[in-house]
Amino acid sequence: MPSNKHDIAIVGAGVVGCALARRLTLDGASVIVLEKAYDVLDGASKGNSAILHTGFDAPSGSLELDCIKSGYNEYLEVSESLSLPILKSGALVLAWDSEQLKVLPKLIEKAHENGIFNVRPLDREEILRREPELSRELLGGFEVPGEYIIDPWASANAYIGQAVENGANLWRGVEVLSGNFEQNYWTLETSTEKVYSRYLINCGGLYGDLLDERLIKKKNFTITPRKGQFVIFDKAASSLVSSTVLPIPTATTKGVVICRTIFGNLLVGPTAEDQESRRNIATDSSTLVKLCKKGSTIIPKLENYDITSSYAGLRPATQYSDYQIHHKTEMAYLTVGGIRSTGLSAALGIANYVSKMLSEMGFQFSPQKNPKLPEVDKLSEYHERDWQIPGADGVVCHCEMVTKREIERVINGPIPPQTIQGLKRRTRVAMGRCQGFYCSAELAKITNGKLKIPLICNE
Amino acid sequence: MNSETVFAEKTCTVAIVGGGTAGLAVASQLKRLSIEKVVVIERENEVGGVPRNCDHYPFGLREYSRFLKGSAYAKRNKKLAKELGVELLTNTTVTKIRPNATLELLSKTERILLKADRVVLTTGVRESSRSQRLIGGDRPNGVITTGALQTMVYMSRFKPFQRPIIIGSELVSFSAIQTCAHLGIKPVAMIEEQDQVRVRKLFRPYLFIKNIPLYLSVSNIRINGDTSVESIKFKNSRGLEHEIETDGVIISGRFRPETQLLLDSHIEIDAGTSGPAIDQHGRCTDTSFYATGNILGHAESSGFCWHEGIETAKRIHEDLLGKGFSGNQMSHLRCDDPAVKFLIPQHLSSPYGSMSMARFYIGLNSPINREIVIKTNLDVIWKGKIKSRPLRRLQIPIPNLP
Ligand SMILES: Cc1cc2nc3c(=O)[nH]c(=O)nc-3n(C[C@H](O)[C@H](O)[C@H](O)COP(=O)(O)OP(=O)(O)OC[C@H]3O[C@@H](n4cnc5c(N)ncnc54)[C@H](O)[C@@H]3O)c2cc1C
Ligand SMILES: Cc1cc2nc3c(=O)[nH]c(=O)nc-3n(C[C@H](O)[C@H](O)[C@H](O)COP(=O)(O)OP(=O)(O)OC[C@H]3O[C@@H](n4cnc5c(N)ncnc54)[C@H](O)[C@@H]3O)c2cc1C
Repeated sequence: MPSNKHDIAIVGAGVVGCALARRLTLDGASVIVLEKAYDVLDGASKGNSAILHTGFDAPSGSLELDCIKSGYNEYLEVSESLSLPILKSGALVLAWDSEQLKVLPKLIEKAHENGIFNVRPLDREEILRREPELSRELLGGFEVPGEYIIDPWASANAYIGQAVENGANLWRGVEVLSGNFEQNYWTLETSTEKVYSRYLINCGGLYGDLLDERLIKKKNFTITPRKGQFVIFDKAASSLVSSTVLPIPTATTKGVVICRTIFGNLLVGPTAEDQESRRNIATDSSTLVKLCKKGSTIIPKLENYDITSSYAGLRPATQYSDYQIHHKTEMAYLTVGGIRSTGLSAALGIANYVSKMLSEMGFQFSPQKNPKLPEVDKLSEYHERDWQIPGADGVVCHCEMVTKREIERVINGPIPPQTIQGLKRRTRVAMGRCQGFYCSAELAKITNGKLKIPLICNE
Repeated sequence: MNSETVFAEKTCTVAIVGGGTAGLAVASQLKRLSIEKVVVIERENEVGGVPRNCDHYPFGLREYSRFLKGSAYAKRNKKLAKELGVELLTNTTVTKIRPNATLELLSKTERILLKADRVVLTTGVRESSRSQRLIGGDRPNGVITTGALQTMVYMSRFKPFQRPIIIGSELVSFSAIQTCAHLGIKPVAMIEEQDQVRVRKLFRPYLFIKNIPLYLSVSNIRINGDTSVESIKFKNSRGLEHEIETDGVIISGRFRPETQLLLDSHIEIDAGTSGPAIDQHGRCTDTSFYATGNILGHAESSGFCWHEGIETAKRIHEDLLGKGFSGNQMSHLRCDDPAVKFLIPQHLSSPYGSMSMARFYIGLNSPINREIVIKTNLDVIWKGKIKSRPLRRLQIPIPNLP
């Protein structure tokens, strides 16, 4: 048996893989995470609505609901120690026509069935009193006080950060090509060197089905990526609405949301468009125009506000509505796939579920006694920022007020970003109104020689 | 946000936010008029503003009667301000404006509360980003504005691409070609969503000389490429899909006032210009604040902003002496023609006072050839025929009022 063998290999560093790495490391396992992209969070976890869901509308009795609920609770528990910002916005589910109005009682009933008891109906006047900028076309709705806004990247970065801080290995830019389970351990062929582990977990997100095929020669499900496009409005627009505004969900999508972001902007999206490509996150200008229009039918004043940015994300949807967690005991293999549109909220819950499952299968370790905490910068507009603390050594990105100290801390940190996108996700640099008009040059200078994909042609 | 913040408190007579062309012009003129303590606050490590990164001509014709490159011009402006005794606070960002000419500043080492008698906002403009223009497609590296390109090329000699496409056809788009030439970068095309170039027609032959094809009336622009730009696709004027291979995209023009500071302040922003609304003296709706230069939203040349800055300084001087315009009754100015995008100034203060801007600036959405009326709720201020297509802006003399 090779000596450099890990207890557990996790393929994929999306939010799910990161949460699993943390949980299993804290459980006492030696963990290696293999991610084919140069940076973590480069798949489905790259672009989402960043809502911490309660599970009020999840299918009753589903694994998804269980994971969302336990993930939600743990998120609130660890948010303090991991420095994860939360914006306690609450949500309103709104009806805009008589058909939708009819569905409301059923949705409230379901929420109660799901154990979310503080969901309650509100009449039109009450809603308009709370959110005076909403269109008068509104007919009614209900509130879900527990739906919160979080930082979509800081959370996963904190999970993987804590894992690494406590001994896990993270290999980025390493693709798992195939694997062989013999003599009770896995030998993984990767794009770099071989990796050995006693147990193997597929957290391949958008590639989960292909990874199953590569590793166990069997598909548990088929992924059909579902694209969601977003428009992000200027910070000034965030004063238009304080609650998250949700539409009546349908079978395939939660629908177009309007909510604040933890970074102080206002978001409108996502769309739901099935597609073949697992990579294509292109936006389409006519769709973006439609989203803007949709936004201003709900909040008419939105029409007067500027757009800061736009992006798209891909949901790893399958032919099933529930999560696809399958184990193949005889091969010490687990697939955690099809985490479609609630993975950010459920990640910690999924990790707990898997941890329990492993221990029931006899993979028991001795939990770490005093696990270390990672250092995470809070990037929330609703909390103190680095520039407000003395000694920041000047501001590099003026729109997002990102300091040189912050950027250098991240670049020299334990998991330095290897792409500009990674740096942006960890500092917010160049993500503001000017989208780099002022700071691109400075950024190119600071990151010169430090990124796998440089900002400039090599001279 | 943070209640225990400790501010070092300072005072001055006039505080100027932004050390670009307009800010330095105001400051220098105020010193010439013997105003005591004039402070320019600039977040970059040097004053000078946009021209600092312009290694091209023409700058300085009006101010120094000679042709200068932007970088040399910016140095001159700085030298002049220093010689006249302006205090230059660089590496210092204004993070918030408070009522009554009070500013929160952030320097490399401390946070400062600066109380002034008057504040002048001269934070300039920036170009609209790809997102603001709702340009679709992938998100590779190598999609930048002209401003970012200039800084990269001139300040750092970085080369973001070899054969970019230019989106937009304003003056700045043409200046992008010059910037590119500097490093041997050769643009492969210029594309414009409107049906005409956004500069005077005499610029078009320049594209011909440079052998850069021009596509007008394009729509549905899409950027393709994984890590770097590979091509750009769009619908051409006949509605047909067109694809051009390229390795970069320059997003040029559509200037927007840099008003981050105003957005969460008590000062009114004008929907037409997206800049602060001012009266004929250049005062914002909090009359201890003035605004001048490109922040007003008209996207002018540097020489123009310099001149405006000088005029504004003269009015501030009068104001500080307690002369001229004591009145604070502002009435809103309107022009209801749909072709009119903006009107500067947006307010008229009465009594009218002796010192005021000499002209109205009018921006257009679409071509116009008819009479327009500029009025307050009570009076018609100006009436006349305008014939123009939407270029930069039009100027109309402000008539004498009772
Ligand atoms: C538009 C949109 C909105 C959403 N909104 C919300 C929301 O508001 N709240 C919420 O809770 N959830 C939301 N989600 C859902 C959430 O984003 C996803 O559920 C979650 O990101 C899934 O994470 P994952 O780790 O399973 O997948 P991924 O993030 O795709 O991670 C899989 C990783 O595996 C890697 N990988 C794949 N194959 C290999 C290989 N062979 N070798 C090495 N590495 C490999 C990939 O590169 C990738 O990084 C939203 C999703 C979308 C798209
Ligand atoms: C690419 C390009 C090419 C051009 N070429 C020419 C040309 O050839 N000839 C010509 O005459 N004109 C040219 N111009 C126009 C000219 O640059 C402008 O007219 C002039 O710079 C406007 O001056 P300003 O003072 O209004 O703004 P700016 O010069 O933009 O100065 C604004 C200053 O405010 C600072 N600032 C902003 N916010 C803050 C804050 N919160 N705290 C502290 N400081 C802040 C900025 O850092 C900046 O230095 C060009 C412009 C561009 C973009």
